[in-house]
Formats: sequence, C-alpha cells, structure tokens
Amino acid sequence: MKNSQRLALFFLLPSFFFVALFSIFPIVESLRLSFYRMILTLPWLGQRMVGWENYRDLLTDPVALASIRTTLIFIAVTIPLELLVGLGIALVLNEMFRGRGLLRAVVLIPWAVPTVVASQMWRFIFNDRYGLVNFMLFGADTSRYWAPLAHPHFALAAIMVAEIWKTTPFAALIILAGLQSIPDDLYEAASVDGATPWQKFRHLTLPLLKPALLLALLFRTIDALRVFDLVFVMTQGGPADATNVLQFYGYKKTFAEGMIGYGSAIAVTVFFMSLVLALAYLRAFKITRLQGQTP
Amino acid sequence: MKRSVALLFYSIGIALYCLVPFLWFVLTSLKSSAELTAIPPELIPSFHWGFYQSALQNYGLLHYVANSAIVAAATALITVAIGSLAAYAIARFQLTWTNFYLLLLLVVSMFPQIAIAGPIWTILDRLQWLNTYQGLVAAYIALSLPLAIWILATFFREVPREIEEAALIDGCSRLQALYKVVLPLAAPGILTAGLLVFIHAWNEFFFALIIMTDPTVQTLPVGIALFPGEYTMPWGEIAAASTIATLPLVVLTLIFQRGIVRGLSAGAVKG
Repeated sequence: MKNSQRLALFFLLPSFFFVALFSIFPIVESLRLSFYRMILTLPWLGQRMVGWENYRDLLTDPVALASIRTTLIFIAVTIPLELLVGLGIALVLNEMFRGRGLLRAVVLIPWAVPTVVASQMWRFIFNDRYGLVNFMLFGADTSRYWAPLAHPHFALAAIMVAEIWKTTPFAALIILAGLQSIPDDLYEAASVDGATPWQKFRHLTLPLLKPALLLALLFRTIDALRVFDLVFVMTQGGPADATNVLQFYGYKKTFAEGMIGYGSAIAVTVFFMSLVLALAYLRAFKITRLQGQTP
Repeated sequence: MKRSVALLFYSIGIALYCLVPFLWFVLTSLKSSAELTAIPPELIPSFHWGFYQSALQNYGLLHYVANSAIVAAATALITVAIGSLAAYAIARFQLTWTNFYLLLLLVVSMFPQIAIAGPIWTILDRLQWLNTYQGLVAAYIALSLPLAIWILATFFREVPREIEEAALIDGCSRLQALYKVVLPLAAPGILTAGLLVFIHAWNEFFFALIIMTDPTVQTLPVGIALFPGEYTMPWGEIAAASTIATLPLVVLTLIFQRGIVRGLSAGAVKG
C-alpha cells in the first residue's frame, strides 16, 4: 500500500513541476502583485505595497468598468447563440443518414482553423473596400461601402459573429455526446405511446440533455471570458474601446504600458470571474457523472 | 422520404455555414491582385500562385512554419510523455489525492491567460528563455498537461487491469508494465492526446505573442496576426499564409476525426 502511494507520487511529480511553476505559482504571484504599485516605465518607484488601491482604481476607472460590461455583453450574446446553433447541428448529426461521417468532419473545420486565421478571415469579410458583407448589402455600389469594424456597435457584433462561427462546433460536439448517451429504447417506448416528434424532443430529449447543455454552457462561458485573439487582430480593442474586453485590457496595461500592479488587479478580477464559473462547473460535472454521461 | 429531404436540406445548410467563410479566404489566396479587388467579387479564381510566392519570398512564411512545427511537435512529444506517467497513476492507483489532482488540473486549465502571463514572462526572463523555443515549449507543456492528462486517464482506465497484472507477475516492474503493456494498448488515446496538444500549440497566440518578440523565432499565428501593412493590408499574402497555417490541421482533423471527437467529448476539457 505504502509502495503504491510512493509510486503514484513519483509518476505525478514531473507533471506537477510544470503545472506548479507555470500555472499555480503565477496565479499566486499575480494575486500578490495586485496589491503593489509597480510600473515598468517608472522603475525608480520600485515595488511599493499599496493595499487595495489598485482595486479601488479599477472601480473608478471608466475604461475598466466599460471593459467588464463589454465582456459580459459578449458572453450574454454569444453563448446562447452558440448553444442554439450547436444544438441544431448536434440534432442533425445524431440522426442516421448517409454522409453523416462527412458532415461531422466538415463541422470540425471551424474548430480546426486557428483563431488568428479566423480573425483575419472575418476581418477580410468585413473589410470596407472589398469585403463580402459590403457586397451582400450594397452590391456593386461602392460609394455606400462602410467599415463595420470602425463602428462602435458593429465592431463588437462582428467579433461576436466570428466567435460564434469558430466555437459552435465545440458546443455541438459536447451536446452530441449527450444525445448519444440517451438510450434508444426510451424513444421507442415514446413512439409506442404515440408521442409526436416535438413531444419527444420537449419531454424526453431536452430534460435528458440538461447535463450536457450545462457542461457546454459552462465550458463555453469560461472560454468566452478569455477572448483575446479575435479582438487583438480585428479591432485592437477599438474603436474608442468599444471592443476592449477584459483580457485585452489586462494585456494592454501589463505588457504595453508596463503597469504591473494595476494589470495584475485586472488579471485577478478575470480570474475570480472564472473561478466562480469553474466551481459552478464542478458541481454540474458531478451531475453528469452520476448519470453516466461521456462514454 | 420527407425525412431524408429535410436532413439533406439541414446538412447542406450546416456544411455551407462551416465551409463558406473559410473557403472564401482560400479562394482569395489563389487570386491575382486584380481579381482580389474586383467588385463584384470574382467567385472562381484563376489559380494564380503569386500570393503564395510573395508570402514565401517577401514575408519569410517558411520560417514561421518551421518555428510552429518545432514548437508544436516538441510540446506534443514532451506533454504526452509526462502526461502518460501522471494519467497512468491516476487511472491505476485511484487514490484520494490522485483524484484531487485531477480536479486541480481541471481548475488550472480554466485560468485565464492574462492571470498567469505576467509571472510566466518574468520567470522566462530570469532564465533568459524569452525568444527561445524552450521558453515557449515549457509554457505550452504546462498549459497542455491538464487536457492531455484528462484524455489519457480516460483511455488508460479502459485497459484491462488483468493484462497488466499478468505482466507484473511475470516479473515486469510498474514502469516496464506501463511501457510494454499499457502504452501499446492505449495507443489510440495517446495519438488523440498528442494530436490535440499539437493542434493547440500550433494555434496558440497569446503566449506566443508575449514570449516571442523577435521575428526570427515567432510562430505562424504571431506572424499572421502581425502581418506588416501600413496603408493597405496585403490581403492576398495574409490569405495565403492563413491557408498554409490551416491546411495541415484540416488534413489531420479529417484523418483522425473519430479520435478527435472522442478526445474532445471524453476529456470534455477544451485545449
């Protein structure tokens, strides 16, 4: 018994070394730095403990508050749409028909496209001079062409479109795994009882799919909270901070402006938002485990 | 009859949604400069390879491809090696604290990049590993391990205990049993984990951006994101570079789609 404990420790140690050095230590260090004033461009200030000052600044910084709002709007709009489209795709993929394997492969393509590539691709589609969106709206009338990515509202909408396109396949796969765990005989029994397809979906599929939907919801939310690549490539947070999501703002403060303390406070804020969701996810995960999901 | 028509209709819709935006970019890369700026847009390009040539010669595309290949391959190999050890212990011993470790990895995988980026930069700076392959690879290993261990543990649990116990009775050590018996039997899982880690490392942008500031060591996503262009963007070259960055992944995905689907839903942890 003792022997297997020591062996397990020996096997886990190499992985723990990397995770501790590059994930756990950095989180703790970010937490510590968020209570210090440290600005790389003003090195003579050194590292001064300032208590909650960075967090107080954050609460009075209109850009930071707008950034929190933008991030929440981004999540609130993209996640329901991703789940809805993902559910639709999963329902089709769950049917038996010729060419299903091919369709499943096609669905994986947006997932396989690197996010930076997807960002440039959508930036080109929304381009003000020869973008497809302009052509679809105004045809060949180039005098009416405009730049959606330079418009305070449409820029965020464009980034949402790109995000939904890129991440729907992941939601679809999780939901599909949930659909496949529903036993066929339940549907057969419902058919015998004379249930219509809609009744079967409403009273059988949807309730049994709840754990998978919850799983997809929480994974996607945690991931949407870290949106960065799309914003960096498509708008650089602009125009006028309209697409300045939290992770981009934290990056700007820390790496472009060298405001280590304040940047860390933003980082810790994002972290705690994720943590709350992660805990919710862990609870949801227990539900799926009990129901024997994920074959 | 009605059902199959409806399914065909939906399937076409889904395929168009997934394919058209990306295909449009691929077609753009095969156009000539005149075709690229044409209004109304040219649907079928003249299969002009000029943008690829320009991307290779004027923008050093091959260099970025090589950097990405080195970083992603090294990350995948080392992560799977280290991850296999951990996943084996988790799957076989099933102790309270190994299960706790699995949960810890899950929580760690949800950390937002920005919350760990600053200190990682500082560590690599102290080691003088900024702008080096080993610096980026070390960070990527740490970031990929949670996903890899979750997938590998799922697959290792399926290897029957009896086969392994027979090997132990025949005088194999635990490590020998792992390498000679368990690993070959869990080969599909290892391939899946390696593939997902490779794809993740190939696509990763945030850490590549902050760790690799020197263009000679930058990976493809950084090169594509920072494509130089002052007044007009070189869209043809960007599309060509994007196509080259994506093509290997699409090929890998199509070949290994079964494994990938299983890995993504079994691990249920996104890379």
